[in-house]
Amino acid sequence: MSTLEIKNLHVNVETDQGTREILRGVDLVINEGEIHAVMGPNGSGKSTLAYTIAGHPKYAVVQGEILLDGENVLEMSVDERARAGLFLAMQYPVEIPGVTNTNFLRTAKTAISGEAPGIRQWTKDVKSAMDDLRMDASFAARNVNEGFSGGEKKRNEILQLELLKPQFAVLDETDSGLDVDALKIVSEGVNRAHSNTGLGVLLITHYTRILRYIKPDYVHVFVAGRVAEQGGPELAERLEEEGYDRYVTEAASAE
Amino acid sequence: MTSVTPTSTAMPTEGQHGLKAHSDGDWDRTVPVQTRSERFRSVNVADFPEVDGKEHVWKLSPVATFADLTNGEISGAVPTLELHEADGVDVSWIARDDERIGAAGIPEERASANAWSSFEQALLISVTGEDEKVAGVTRTGLGTAPRAAHTVIEAAPNSRGLVVLRGTGEARLTENVEILVGEGANLTVVSLQEWAEDGVHLASHFARIGRDAKLKHIVVSLGGKVVRVNPSTHLAEQGADIEALGLYFADAGQHLEQQVYVNHDAPHTRSRVTYKGALQGAGARSVWIGDVLIGNAAVGTDSYEQNRNLVLTDGTRADSVPNLEIETGDIEGAGHASATGRFDDEQLFYLQSRGIPEDEARRLVVRGFLMEIVQKIGDAELEERLVAALEAELAGER
Repeated sequence: MSTLEIKNLHVNVETDQGTREILRGVDLVINEGEIHAVMGPNGSGKSTLAYTIAGHPKYAVVQGEILLDGENVLEMSVDERARAGLFLAMQYPVEIPGVTNTNFLRTAKTAISGEAPGIRQWTKDVKSAMDDLRMDASFAARNVNEGFSGGEKKRNEILQLELLKPQFAVLDETDSGLDVDALKIVSEGVNRAHSNTGLGVLLITHYTRILRYIKPDYVHVFVAGRVAEQGGPELAERLEEEGYDRYVTEAASAE
Repeated sequence: MTSVTPTSTAMPTEGQHGLKAHSDGDWDRTVPVQTRSERFRSVNVADFPEVDGKEHVWKLSPVATFADLTNGEISGAVPTLELHEADGVDVSWIARDDERIGAAGIPEERASANAWSSFEQALLISVTGEDEKVAGVTRTGLGTAPRAAHTVIEAAPNSRGLVVLRGTGEARLTENVEILVGEGANLTVVSLQEWAEDGVHLASHFARIGRDAKLKHIVVSLGGKVVRVNPSTHLAEQGADIEALGLYFADAGQHLEQQVYVNHDAPHTRSRVTYKGALQGAGARSVWIGDVLIGNAAVGTDSYEQNRNLVLTDGTRADSVPNLEIETGDIEGAGHASATGRFDDEQLFYLQSRGIPEDEARRLVVRGFLMEIVQKIGDAELEERLVAALEAELAGER
């Protein structure tokens, strides 16, 4: 069984004001097929966790480990991590002018599976995945994310998730900025990937709204760079009623 | 109402508060900047002083590397050409006194005038008929002695066509290309520079666009040591339209330059200028100057020009100078943009996070950046060939 382990992770980021410590000792274990929701107020370090797992150069790991089936993820380059089975659905996917979605998807699939996909099956897979996500066929010929609306960009992220078939996916506020219809479509995509491939999910969100459509097995409350509390789905319900105030006050008084 | 005590508006004397006469300007002793349309023009090389590199039009160019073309005697003998023929496109030689010569424009600098004074016969490429067609002329093996050339591309009223003017192999060439686009015609001209490593090419293109006619003009500079292609477009009649596109890839030690001029001189004319370039390797150099003049008569003008440079390594230099001169306020729009940037690391991160290795991700992004121009050429075969040429540039194979 596949496992993604995060142990005592400390991460700094360089800002104009100097070095800032964002993550202060994060511990998380995600097994294949599990859905973990990481919830927390703005600025608690949720996105930093997502980008650190993916290997963004802006974030410096000063202590701790990330292991994928015992392999040291921190020693891998960004693309090696993806080929090892990690995926990050980004909050703000970038536009890549001049590179069509079709070309991009095929290049990524080829890189990840180590060989070019058979053209007929691949074309069919792309079309059916796009249909499932109610993406118009014209998106294939358009340049990656260029001129896409916020909701279209998020669907394009989930399209990649479904086609690249990673072992673990980090979804960084995939729900933010989506109307309820788009939220349902995107959630269905994540649920499909989960049931088809036994995907492990780290679902990062500020709101409980998406948890109506993607049911977490575990909920972790993230405050001031570490996990302040964890529990089952009932914790999300409690957060919906009480908000983050309790944790924020505790964290502030602990400092 | 409150009263205001007047304070002295006298300037403090020199030295106070660090005040000194400012150094820019110095208008008493310099020639004022002229409007672009009033620049000195002549077909006679002797009317221009020898080029020393201080001139406005030469100050960003390595003039010492081509003094033979600006200041020396050059051969105007006709070269052998490779023709790519098409129905409705005729290629012939015409005499110096043909009435079409000088109809689109005349030289504004000495290399152009030297070519004009030296050519023996002009190449005429005439496009007729409303069917789409692609024709081309390739100049190859021009040798290492300095040469002059003159070409007239004429599109008959309501005709359509694409003409490729290509250069390969050795060359030390200064030339003028006149483009006459008749009423209602739709012409594409591609100037494709794939010269050998030490090739030098100085070109002035003059286009005159007639009523409701459209020219798509594309400059692609890949090979050669010094390549300078300066297209001027005269939007002379109502509804004239120019789409000026450029694509360049400067490698180590290569100087690629383009001075683009669009003269809006009639009502409801439109221009779009988009030049994109990549620079890679020590001493890779590009120059882009974009002058747009919206004259008094050009009411309802719609104009936009932009230059984008992508810097791939240290040791490169990209000059990018957009100029906009407006003589009438009654226009649709006029804008310009210039950006020179390093590789976008966020794009790289995005592609790598999908498993694509770094070098391949870089190639995809650079190719994508330049493809925007390639995709607009409108001829699949030429587009494919350019993609292959760009791949070779990126892989450092040329």
